[in-house]
Amino acid sequence: MKIMTCPVNGPRAISEFSYGGEIRTMPDPATCSDDAWADYIFNRNGSPGVKCEWWCHTPSNTWFVAERDTARDVILRTYLYTVAS
Amino acid sequence: MPWRLLRFALSDKHPEPRMFTRHDQLKPAYDVVIIGGGGHGLAAAYYLARDHGITNVCVLEKGYLGGGNTGRNTTIIRSNYLTPEGVKFYDESVRLWQDLSTDFDLNLFYSNRGHFTLAHTDAALRTSRWRAEVNKHFGIESEVVGPEVVKKAAPMIDLSCGGHAPILGALYHAPGAVARHDAVAWGYGRGADMRGVEIHQRTEVLGIDVAGGKVTGVQTNRGRIATNKVLCAVAGSTPRLLDMVGIRSPITIHPLQAMVSEPVKPWLDPILVSGSLHVYISQSARGELIMGASLDPYEVQSTRSTLDFPEGLSAHMLDMFPFLSNVKVMRQWAGMADMTPDFAPIMGRTPVEGFYLDGGWGTWGFKATPVCGKTMSYTVANDRNHELITGFTLDRFRNFELTGEKGAASVGH
Ligand SMILES: Cc1cc2nc3c(=O)[nH]c(=O)nc-3n(C[C@H](O)[C@H](O)[C@H](O)COP(=O)(O)OP(=O)(O)OC[C@H]3O[C@@H](n4cnc5c(N)ncnc54)[C@H](O)[C@@H]3O)c2cc1C
Repeated sequence: MKIMTCPVNGPRAISEFSYGGEIRTMPDPATCSDDAWADYIFNRNGSPGVKCEWWCHTPSNTWFVAERDTARDVILRTYLYTVAS
Repeated sequence: MPWRLLRFALSDKHPEPRMFTRHDQLKPAYDVVIIGGGGHGLAAAYYLARDHGITNVCVLEKGYLGGGNTGRNTTIIRSNYLTPEGVKFYDESVRLWQDLSTDFDLNLFYSNRGHFTLAHTDAALRTSRWRAEVNKHFGIESEVVGPEVVKKAAPMIDLSCGGHAPILGALYHAPGAVARHDAVAWGYGRGADMRGVEIHQRTEVLGIDVAGGKVTGVQTNRGRIATNKVLCAVAGSTPRLLDMVGIRSPITIHPLQAMVSEPVKPWLDPILVSGSLHVYISQSARGELIMGASLDPYEVQSTRSTLDFPEGLSAHMLDMFPFLSNVKVMRQWAGMADMTPDFAPIMGRTPVEGFYLDGGWGTWGFKATPVCGKTMSYTVANDRNHELITGFTLDRFRNFELTGEKGAASVGH
């Protein structure tokens, strides 16, 4: 069984988590062009690599960040999100 | 023992020709370079040579022929999709399948079984009715049937599914079929080879040269090739190839897993799919049960498999067929499915001149192998999108004009 570490609840089975996709920055919908908006909502970085992703521990509804190597499916680090100042 | 086999065994010169010619050298230039030796790439090569007379073509495959999703798929062929674009496209493919064995002089074991999409909820039944109406409008055999029809076609089924997901009805599609996947790749490959196309296995594309917005060549682990036309048909590797030409796309890669049981006596003729239980099953000519489920829930670019998969799938299988509890699972594996947000493929010309894409085939592209070969060879030969693929182009996302196939493509393959 694959284990993921929730920053609040510790190591849990992967089946307790749901995946929220890579962390991306939303352009300002009021000012950005239609192309930039379409790029944001549809396009993704689908190539393998180490990615920062949203994950949620569903029983406790804890959203957090995981750094994961998507080619090897290895979780490198998990931590709570903090807004960069 | 047949005389041919005996003669083969006794001779040291191997009197049977090999399936493909081996070419030791790559040529410095080709008219068309096809990346990916799966069914799609080989079919395009075949029709380029046969229908368009373009034979100075090479197919580059980093591993072995059919070793990608083509050789890993569960081979369900059907055309009961949801959008008019999809229905017309897959219907043409089902038509092409009919005489492929004769075309190739190779038995593809194309086996017409009938396909049931089981509905366990009112919502699923509604989608079934919707699909049946769209399908019938385009002249495709597709109808909503009651549970008693399912029971008659598959008498071993528990219609209550363990009591918690009773079957209310099903979408029945009589043309539903299965075929032998390797043979499809080999048949197209041999047909292309006989017409002069070069197939190079263990040849990996590492880069694509673009100058002034046009393709000029391809870099491989065996050197550079000059060309003005590249067809990319690499399924689970599509984002990596698109990075090489600087094109962004919505494609993400998720593993799709499958498994087979030990061979048992024939007891299941039709193909059964349950969207609610997330499973599908058919029985192969050898008696193995071929079983699959939905996508892995998160992105991974490898063909690893997991233990959670056979556990979850077996539990749902036993809901439908409790008597299978003693049957053993023989093998499990995974392929890399190139998923799109609307569950339709991405095909045709791209912003880079001379770079043609046949990707985003996710979990449903085996059935489309013949029609993809036909339409992509036309598109490459004429530098114009074939009319059947205009609903599938990459710019549909930029234009917010999606081709929503999710209701018909997820799980059902
Ligand atoms: C488990 C599973 C079940 C499925 N079930 C069904 C089904 O029932 N019905 C259905 O219609 N579809 C099904 N599919 C989907 C179907 O298998 C695919 O959509 C289809 O086979 C894609 O064919 P292809 O030729 O485009 O890709 P592939 O067969 O994957 O061929 C692509 C090839 O490109 C090669 N390649 C990649 N990168 C490079 C490079 N850089 N240089 C050179 N070569 C490269 C790969 O090695 C590979 O051989 C299933 C898929 C899976 C994984």
